[in-house]
Amino acid sequence: MKTTLEHIIILFSGDSGDGMQLTGTQFSDTSARMGNDIATFPDYPSEIRAPSGSVFGVSGFQVHIGAREIYTPGDQPDVLVAMNPAALKVKLPLLKKGATIIINDDAFDRSGFKKAGYEVSSLEAIGELKNFKLIHAPITSQTERALEAIDLDNKSKRRCKNFYALGLCYFIFSRDPNLTKAWIREKFEGKDALVNANIAALEAGYHFGETIEASISIYQIPEAPLEKGTYRQINGNTGIAWGLMQAAEASGLDLFIGSYPITPATDILQELSKHAGFGVRTFQAEDEIAAICAAIGASFSGALAVTTTSGPGLALKSEALNLAVMLELPLVVINVQRGGPSTGLPTKTEQADLLQVFYGRNGESPVIVLAASRPGDTFAMAFEAARLSLQHMTPVVLLSDGFIANGSEPWRIPDLREEYHHIPIHLAQASEEDFKPYNRNLQLVRPWAIPGTEGMQHRIGGLEKDFETGDVSYDPENQEKMVEVRAKKVSMVASNIPEQQVEGKTHGQLLVISWGGTYGAVRTAVKRLQVQGHEISLVHLTYLNPFPKNLGPLIANFKQVLIPELNKGQLLRIINAQFHCEAKGYHKVQGLPFTISELITAFEKELKLVEYAKQ
Amino acid sequence: MQSNSEKLSAKDFATDQAIRWCPGCGDYAILNSVKKVLSTLGKRKEDVVFISGIGCSSRFPYYVDTYGMHSIHGRAVAIATGTKVHNPLLSVWAITGDGDGLAIGGNHFIHALRRNININILIFNNEIYGLTKGQYSPTSQLGQRTKTSPLGTIEKPFDPAMLALGAGATFFARTTASDPKHLQEILLRAEAHCGTSVVEIYQNCVIFNDEAFEQFLGKENRDDHSVVLQHGKPLVFGKGLDKAVQWGHHELLVSTALDTAVIHDEQNLSLSFLLARLETVKPLGVYRCVQEAEYASNMDDGVKKESRKQVSELLHSGSTWEIE
Repeated sequence: MKTTLEHIIILFSGDSGDGMQLTGTQFSDTSARMGNDIATFPDYPSEIRAPSGSVFGVSGFQVHIGAREIYTPGDQPDVLVAMNPAALKVKLPLLKKGATIIINDDAFDRSGFKKAGYEVSSLEAIGELKNFKLIHAPITSQTERALEAIDLDNKSKRRCKNFYALGLCYFIFSRDPNLTKAWIREKFEGKDALVNANIAALEAGYHFGETIEASISIYQIPEAPLEKGTYRQINGNTGIAWGLMQAAEASGLDLFIGSYPITPATDILQELSKHAGFGVRTFQAEDEIAAICAAIGASFSGALAVTTTSGPGLALKSEALNLAVMLELPLVVINVQRGGPSTGLPTKTEQADLLQVFYGRNGESPVIVLAASRPGDTFAMAFEAARLSLQHMTPVVLLSDGFIANGSEPWRIPDLREEYHHIPIHLAQASEEDFKPYNRNLQLVRPWAIPGTEGMQHRIGGLEKDFETGDVSYDPENQEKMVEVRAKKVSMVASNIPEQQVEGKTHGQLLVISWGGTYGAVRTAVKRLQVQGHEISLVHLTYLNPFPKNLGPLIANFKQVLIPELNKGQLLRIINAQFHCEAKGYHKVQGLPFTISELITAFEKELKLVEYAKQ
Repeated sequence: MQSNSEKLSAKDFATDQAIRWCPGCGDYAILNSVKKVLSTLGKRKEDVVFISGIGCSSRFPYYVDTYGMHSIHGRAVAIATGTKVHNPLLSVWAITGDGDGLAIGGNHFIHALRRNININILIFNNEIYGLTKGQYSPTSQLGQRTKTSPLGTIEKPFDPAMLALGAGATFFARTTASDPKHLQEILLRAEAHCGTSVVEIYQNCVIFNDEAFEQFLGKENRDDHSVVLQHGKPLVFGKGLDKAVQWGHHELLVSTALDTAVIHDEQNLSLSFLLARLETVKPLGVYRCVQEAEYASNMDDGVKKESRKQVSELLHSGSTWEIE
């Protein structure tokens, strides 16, 4: 008898060399292909191969699959796959009470417990496990046995054990193993032994499930009612790469990316480096500064120029970013945020670079700031960043974060003939009489005249320039005027972006304002309270500088504003400074996303306070 | 790109900007030589880009009527790299100095050479920080007294030739602002070279480091203390052409044995290094010029290898599924 579930959260967990990221990805891809909505959360250590079996080498991949729309990877897993004692030790506190734990018995020997820092040496001695349902599976030894006849060394055979675990999960959750088999055949094409070994391990795990069927529960998760269309899986870094490529196509420009590898942004560079066939030039620079400078140089000669980085890299780029502000050249800067300050938590998520992006440069230096919300909107936001930068001749910073970058979800592929197909830009043409490089249009945007264009030759630079002629100027009045013009130019972008949407009523007791990768959790929490009848609405911002024009009036419609952020109150400061609305904040800086339950608690508390104040 | 109009003169490349270098500064001679060379080469204004960093030398782009960017300290070469990679048809010149190019911009300098990207890097070397008014630079002499080394520097200087050759330079030349004819010859060679061309130009700072090159280039000294390099020609010099550079055991020597003079070979890396190490005589000219794979054209070939693909194909590639 299969039990039907509306949704379930599964956490794959093992040593960083155990292939848990791959296992989780396969499970989520298969589930998406079977029509479920999904959200994933890879959580891995920054060490590539920490000592095996140690707690700091534990790598996890959480996947939330549903027969309804899924917005977050979920708070507390219903199922844990624990490949070794360290994984159990690290992940046990996260589980839902009564959760199922699939245990790789073979790894739970004396040495395994010791490496994990357990003082006990048997599962029975771990009292807390009484509250959970355990499924024992001799994953390592069964994998070895299943692969006996295959001509591979023992080490390679043992490495197939993640597919055994995956096979077992496929049986328990009624997943179709054929999609993964096809993937294995393609991935290891030409290496028959590896194809056979991984498929044999997958099947052995699946069959083990059948063998123990009588003693465990089996589940099915029906298809989710998603919008019609063609879908694919997408993660945030890939979405950004592709959105930039589409912006290049839509503007008729070649894409240039100058970048230096940095976690968690590197995948954008890697993805773009595959696409020379789309006119993409990838320049892996000698450092972060060279990366942005090369992008500025390319922008000067007429490219759609991009640099990608994370917080520490953005710090290094700040002087050059300021140059782009001063030159008034288009430039897209992608900051995939991670835990800070300094090197901080490279593989963990945080949204604490907002003030850095707003204010982290010398002088009065406004840039356009956008933020992606989920893997599925990164394509759109990267395209939008490029559009605004090209149309307003000024740098745009697009904020993403580690959670969006590595998380994935099903994405309805847009019809590029209908959407995202054209970015109108204006390159100065030869023959303009008396060309002045800083002669502005009504939007205060200067012309883009690229080298090679006859009669348009001109000199630009980081020194302040005269408003009329564009020549270097040290005139005091002119300096103030130019500072104001650059600020006004950016503020006028508000007329070129959509109005802010509200989820819920446009007036009421409590308005929650969020931005970035917290969207899924915040939205889910707000919806649940709305269903319960609370007067709570959500504004999730994707345009942060300038804000949408209607944000101020919206804020004024609510008694209280609450801003949850994975920092110590950065948007909060900006909103309070701009709208004087005495908004409150809810903060967390643990390198982890918000859980829905903690947000519900925080919102309920605030709703009570608003109610109380009314009486 | 256009070739229908007449060849431009050096004067045509002048801008209307007032030049702000000190009277007597070596930069004037460099500016005039560059304009002359652009004219000689028949360049169109729109096809040339000058990109500079910060420093006295970096004012240069304001004074040439081509495309130009006066950027930030040390980054001219990195910016020029992007400009050239995006449009390999442009003639791109990075203008820098000993501080801008070898101190704050040192990393970009060596990596440009490693990549061999087809730009010209002109290092205006005056062995001092001029714009900030007289601090020692990475090419100031050991023991030199400056505003930040009142007791004399305790830092060994870089030799730009050794540095460039060590970083894999395919073209390195040394010349001087005090000999415009030689300077122009070298600039023509640099522009003709396909790859990163480094031209170190000795440039006298009359205010903060006057007569820095007197020992080699002063009127009294230059015949006996500098030797002009010409590929395939013996390294003979001196007032009466009475001196020659000779092979020693592990170094080059100077003697009067003219018939055993070293024959200059721009492709002999060991010779280039040894020339850079000569102490009593300064070689001027092209130390090294070899043809190697060039970065921007390689990248361009990669981009143009196949017909342009559409992003929609990419979005539909790999694993997709329909929801009805």
